Formats: sequence, C-alpha cells, structure tokens
Amino acid sequence: MASSTVDQSQVARNGLREKVLTLNSMNPRVRRVEYAVRGPIVQRALELEQELRQGVKKPFTEVIRANIGDAQAMGQRPITFLRQVLALCVNPDLLNSPNFPDDAKKRAERILQACGGHSLGAYSISSGIQLIREDVAQYIERRDGGIPADPNNVFLSTGASDAIVTVLKLLVAGEGHTRTGVLIPIPQYPLYSATLAELGAVQVDYYLEEERAWALDVAELHRALCQARDHCRPRALCVINPGNPTGQVQTRECIEAVIRFAFQERLFLLADEVYQDNVYAVGSQFHSFKKVLMEMGPPYAVQQELASFHSTSKGYMGECGFRGGYVEVVNMDPAVQQQMLKLMSVRLCPPVPGQALLDLVVSPPAPTDPSYMQFQAEKQAVLAELAAKARLTEQVFSEAPGISCNPVQGAMYSFPRMQLPPRAVQRAQELGLAPDMFFCLCLLEETGICVVPGSGFGQREALALTARPPTPKLQLLLEKLTRFHAKFTVEYS
Amino acid sequence: MNPQVKAVEYAVRGPIVLKAGEIELELQRGIKKPFTEVIRANIGDAQAMGQQPITFLRQVMALCTYPNLLDSPSFPEDAKKRARRILQACGGNSLGSYSASQGVNCIREDVAAYITRRDGGVPADPDNIYLTTGASDGISTILKILVSGGGKSRTGVMIPIPQYPLYSAVISELDAIQVNYYLDEENCWALNVNELRRAVQEAKDHCDPKVLCIINPGNPTGQVQSRKCIEDVIHFAWEEKLFLLADEVYQDNVYSPDCRFHSFKKVLYEMGPEYSSNVELASFHSTSKGYMGECGYRGGYMEVINLHPEIKGQLVKLLSVRLCPPVSGQAAMDIVVNPPVPGEESFEQFSREKESVLGNLAKKAKLTEDLFNQVPGIHCNPLQGAMYAFPRIFLPAKAVEAAQAHQMAPDMFYCMKLLEETGICVVPGSGFGQREGTYHFRMTILPPVEKLKTVLQKVKDFHINFLEKYA
Repeated sequence: MASSTVDQSQVARNGLREKVLTLNSMNPRVRRVEYAVRGPIVQRALELEQELRQGVKKPFTEVIRANIGDAQAMGQRPITFLRQVLALCVNPDLLNSPNFPDDAKKRAERILQACGGHSLGAYSISSGIQLIREDVAQYIERRDGGIPADPNNVFLSTGASDAIVTVLKLLVAGEGHTRTGVLIPIPQYPLYSATLAELGAVQVDYYLEEERAWALDVAELHRALCQARDHCRPRALCVINPGNPTGQVQTRECIEAVIRFAFQERLFLLADEVYQDNVYAVGSQFHSFKKVLMEMGPPYAVQQELASFHSTSKGYMGECGFRGGYVEVVNMDPAVQQQMLKLMSVRLCPPVPGQALLDLVVSPPAPTDPSYMQFQAEKQAVLAELAAKARLTEQVFSEAPGISCNPVQGAMYSFPRMQLPPRAVQRAQELGLAPDMFFCLCLLEETGICVVPGSGFGQREALALTARPPTPKLQLLLEKLTRFHAKFTVEYS
Repeated sequence: MNPQVKAVEYAVRGPIVLKAGEIELELQRGIKKPFTEVIRANIGDAQAMGQQPITFLRQVMALCTYPNLLDSPSFPEDAKKRARRILQACGGNSLGSYSASQGVNCIREDVAAYITRRDGGVPADPDNIYLTTGASDGISTILKILVSGGGKSRTGVMIPIPQYPLYSAVISELDAIQVNYYLDEENCWALNVNELRRAVQEAKDHCDPKVLCIINPGNPTGQVQSRKCIEDVIHFAWEEKLFLLADEVYQDNVYSPDCRFHSFKKVLYEMGPEYSSNVELASFHSTSKGYMGECGYRGGYMEVINLHPEIKGQLVKLLSVRLCPPVSGQAAMDIVVNPPVPGEESFEQFSREKESVLGNLAKKAKLTEDLFNQVPGIHCNPLQGAMYAFPRIFLPAKAVEAAQAHQMAPDMFYCMKLLEETGICVVPGSGFGQREGTYHFRMTILPPVEKLKTVLQKVKDFHINFLEKYA
C-alpha cells in the first residue's frame, strides 16, 4: 500500500521530506487495530452534525447517536447523591454548606481522609485507595451472598477497559505456534479484538447461538479451542455477561459449564460483568462468575484463575466520563499479581474522582440514611426505563418484516438481524463495504440515525444499537429505522 | 506470563516504596522505630505533601460536578461562566458522558489558545491537540505507534540518562530498543549534542533509531535547557530524521532567575519552515505539576505537529479503543490553560495562590541545593526547575562492598538504610540511570518548608554517620 499521499515531486517542491512516522513505519499491530464503536460510521455522523450546524439541509434535523452505551449523553440524569458527594470531595469548603445532606458530607469526609493530603488531587497507590478497595470487596461479598472477597485482590482501574487490557497484556507470550490465543465471543464488544490485535495475540472466535437467544454453548467452546490449538496456544477465555452487544444473561448452569471447561482446558477466565446491574427480562438473573466459582468448591474454587470486571459507566449510574472501574482477581499466581501491580504503577494510578464515584456505587445510601429514598427512586426510575425500552425495542423489531431481534435480557443494546436483499449486498461489495456497513451508512445519510453495523462486532447482517435515547426519541428512532429498512429492501429488490 | 511485562521496572513506585509502605504499617501497629512517620519524598505529588489546590480550579470543578451549585451565591461569576462553558461542550451537559476520543472540542481549542499565548503568538491548531489521561498516557501512546521493525531494524528510542523511568518502562513493554544519551553532570546536567551524536551512531549498529525524547525542565535532574541547546537538538533531530518527544510537564516550574522555559514548539517554529514544516514533534503537558499539583485528576494533553496525514487517523483510532480520557481531568486541564485574567473577580486570589506555591517551591529548591552542598560527600547541582533534587553521593568502597553483599545497587543500599533509620523515602539514582560508578538519589522538594528543613538535616546527619560507618 502506498505509504504517502504526497508524491515525491510535491515533496521536492514544498521542501517537505518523507516523514519518520508513516503507515509503513508505524507499529504494524496498531495498524491492524479496529474499533467499530467509534469507527468510520461515527466519523461520518460527526461530519453530518457539523453540516447541520452549518445549516446544510438534510432529510433530518438531528443525528441520533445510538452507537455508544453512553447514558448521560442521551439525557439520563446522574444520580444526585453521587454528584453531591463528589462535589463535596472536589471542593471541601462545601462541607459547611447547609445545602448538602449529612450522609453525603459524611461520605465525602470519609473518602478525603483516605486520600493523600486529604485531597482528590493527590495520586493514590496504584491499585487504588485502600479504603475504597475494602468497600469494593464488601460490595462483592454482599452481592455474592456472603462469599468472601479480599481487598488485596481488588484493583481499581480507569474504566473496566483499562483493567481488561492490563490482564490481557500479562497473558500474552510465546511466538508462532506457541503465541497466546484468547477465546472471545462473537458477537463481541470490540475492545477485545482491538486489544488482541495491539498485543499481537491470537484471536480465537467462539460463536454465540443466535437461534437460542445468544446462548453460550460449551460444545462451541470446544470446537473453537480444538481448531485454535493448531496454530496458537489458547490460554484465556473471555465471557461478557450480560452480553454486549447481544444482551443475553447467561444461566447459572451455563456459567458452571464454562468454568468447568476453563478448568479442564487450563484457561484463564476473564468475566466482563459491567452490565451486572442491567438485567431486565423476567426469569433472567445475574450470577457472578466469582460466586458460581466459589460455590462449585474445590478443585475449581481454589485453582481456577478468574478476573472479573465492573465499571461506573453502565448500570444505573452511567458515569462513563469519570472512567471508574475495578477488577477482582481470584487464584492468580502471587508473583504474577505483583507483576500486575508493577505494570499499573507505571501509569501511577486511576483517576481519583473515578475511584471516589466507584466507592459510592459499591456502598450506596443505607435505608436509614437521609438520601436513601431519593437515591432509590432515581435508581429504580433509570432501570425501569431501560427495561421498558428493552421491551419496546423487541416489540417494534419483532413486528417488522425482514428484521428479527432476540429478547434484550440485559445490558443496553439491541442487536437485530436484518435481511438484506442480494442487490444491496452486491452494491456493498462494489463499494468495498460489508453489507451491513453499507446499510448503516445509507441509514445515517437518510435518517440521521447512527448505529453500528454488526460486522463491527463480528456478526454479519446485523446492527448494534443502544437503547440509550430517551423513550420518545427511541420510539421515533425505531420507527424510522424499520421504515427505512422496508424502503431499502424495496429499493434493492 | 508476558516476558516484556516482566522486564518492566518503575523505580518511583518500586521496591523502596513498597518497603516504605511496610514500615508505615509497622508504625501503625505500634512497632517502635527511630522515627514517628515515613516521609514520602519519592514521588512528585504536591498535594499529598500538603500543598493546597488552587481555589478557582476546585470551584469550577465542583460546579461542573454538581451543576445545582450554579444557583449558589457562594461561587464567583467567573467560575460559573467557565463551568457552564465546559458543561455545554459535554454530551448531555454532563461530566459523566464520554467525550470524543481526542477530548472535548472547546477544551482543545482552549489548549491551543494557551499554547499560542505562551509561545508569543506562534499558532497552535486545535486539531493537533489531544487530551490524555495524564501526560504518561500520551507519551505511552505516541511511543506505541512509533515502535516497529525487528532485529537490527527494531525501533530505537533515545532517552536521557538520568531519565524519568516511564520511558524505560514503556520501551521495555513495547520491546523497543532503549538508546541512552548521557546528560552532563559537570555542566549542570546540560544536554550536549555531541553526546546525542555518539549515542545515535552507536545505536545504528543494532537498531533503527527513530525517536528522541527530551525532558525539559528535567526529571530527575531539574535542569532547564537553554534556547541554544533546544535549537541544537531540533537541528540534530532534523538531520538524523528523528521523531521528537518533548516532555514539558514542568514548564511552570522554573526557579532559577537565569533560566527560562522555551517550548520546543516555539523554538521549532522560529527556526523557519525547513524545520517547522518537517520535524515531527509531540509536546506533553499535565495538570499534575506546575502550581496546580492535580495529580489525582489525571489531566494532560499533547500537541502533535507535522504528523503524516494518514497517521492522524491511526492515532485517533488507537485512542478511541479506550474511549476517552477522564472528563473531570479534561475540565481541570481547561482551567489550567484558561485561568482567571486581570479584571476577573477571581484573578487576585488566583494569582496570589499561584505565586505563593511557585515562590515556595523556588525557596525550597534553593534551600535544598544549599543544604546538600554543605554535606561532605554530597554534591547537588542547581535545581533550576521541576521539583526534585538529584544529588550525587560519594560512597566509600566499604559501603559499595556491603551493598554487593546484599545484592543491591549501592545507592539502593544507601536509600534503604536511610529509610530504615530516618523514615525518609527517596528513590535511588539507579532507578533513573546514571553514569557507571556514580551514585545519586532523587528527593522531592515538596514537604512544607519546616518539614523539609528537618528532612534535609536528617539526611545530612545520616550521611555523615554512613560515611563514618563505612570509612
């Protein structure tokens, strides 16, 4: 591929020299990285927004960004208590203000006491403020019905993404046939494929079963693993539960089967559980991998290596911008755990405001606290709306011909499958685009709706769209989308 | 596990700091020691050592965090104005939304305006500004994108010795080749282009040197490079076709009246189009240092110029995988680059607080330099800038032997003894790199003046005892 869009004569004319850093000279692994959630379709959406601002006429008056799981960007309000405590931490003069409830003040003081110089502005230790790690451990224990969690196994991080990358980084070794392979679900949240590309690890795909509400089948894990052993050394298995983009919530039996499989095949388990507070479907329940693992007893409980991830970005909090998160590691080799801490120390520490927010998420107001009622009301309102939107989405899609959508059991996305007529597929190929990318680009140009093509997650002829927009807007979006699909189908028949 | 990770070292939070942590726990448990507290003089964390945050900055942050406060009479109008501006630029008018991966637009514009002002009108394009999770994040990202090749064509990265060990750690992790160039201790840690030349020539034997990292003002050394030196470095980078990284996080920390901060960007521009259109330069800044000391917010930016147009897309793509830097850190950066101006309500208090912090640091820099130079067996170069002293310690042969017997670097041995006997935690020079056979340690000048005087006295007493013990 040409390394420069500037030809040599132009270089000579302008006195411009060849760059040190070009496509050819850059890190080849970085070149291979793709991240669809903020990929080309989003770039185009930004351009269109710019054009609208400049007054260019379009068949729509606004771009509806349904591509990213960002609640507050779409109008969801932050939880009052969280922001009150954080404001008190940021500006402790406010501790004298009558406009803040006592319990918020108490929390702020508690957090500040645990900070260097009693300030959010000091670095923390690299694994995160000790007090907060203890609170996280207690949260995990409560969540898991009393199964103990050790604060020393809890590491705070800059969003869950940061911790996931750190753990994957530790795992990658070997060369050629012994290069580390990592099993990831298809469809997946593309952080995984991007990170594996960046680390030069081998991506090993296992397919979730669309026909069975995106269930994880251990037989498929076996298939993927056996094929992978030909060309790499599989060492890790990533599970996203509740799923992104698929929204499925795995059953307890499934989780047990996955753990048994990981144990038998000696795979390090990564459990991405950032949507653990987002479970909507009646009959679905979140089971943490940690809990199930411990309840399975030895040898699993004492030997199976597991890293579980959580974040402040999702749930009912939606505090994406604060980049709060943690990982709990279980049964990790102590020497490796030291190495992980060392790796984290190079970046000093996760953002302290994010750590503070996480603390409030894991230790919310108690029933006897003044802020309890409002907190609960706000939390329930958010979750109820998400559940309603999940149902609305399912309903609209299931009624649309040529579109089918699995039940949205959890998370905050729907991942409908669309039938695309052969002529559309052909046109896409002519343009060098995946068919669903072609569909999404057309959708964007004509309706202003920005969703991510399924091929960005590993699935063909599908879309990932968030249930994030407020209900009336979501309703509008769904109607426009299904109408557009019908029109598109006719146009390319 | 990943062998590259195993090879990583980061002394600033390394073994001596872990030991300090253990000792603190012992103190908490009531175990008797020759001291009552551990003094963490290992890390450039001003607020941890008692420096107060800038009022205006925290006011704007609080308003952004909890916008109900915009109705409160306790906040000045200029703070509210800034907060509204920031919030309007955020998705859903909230710090809780992800921003664009390059950072919030209006903040990038503000950063560009700051750079232009700082550099006397030399233009900065917001499109070349990337907000980052502290400067470390930006440095790490740029290095990552630069590293390629294999065997003898593996990318070589030139770094100063002594260096801030982020550089060696990232180079290790990326499996790039570290190419050391030595700063001249006899000459106030000056950067000598002949030494750069020596280093790059030798390196060409076994790698493909592509990158030159400069830290100015220096860490751990505190030297502030002259304008002439910066020009020479730029010319050298142009000649040798090296991508320049200018780590300028201490640009607000210049104390010596004979020194001035000159940004690489400005000097590059003023050298004319042959240089300014060609030399690829990434300059880094942060909210962690200066007079702000907002380390915990992880705010930072990089200005990257003369990138190949196709590389920009690659860079943004790489950043996008981590979504965005913490928005509260971006907001903090905004206030740093867009502080109160004369005529604004908060200007006086802001100026006072800023001058107080910087004046204090300058005083402590001089105090430290002077005191260390009074101690036989310690020599400390002038602390022209940054926030550290990096004195040279002359260790008797017996001490070196004792260290070897303990399988430690001699300066690590010295620092461990210092920690155990006085509770003072500093970082041995071996963690930053130094000429063979020389020993140093890095100590911050951040404790409050009175405490600093005590610390310096204790170090002096310890050193004299140490010399006697190992005479």
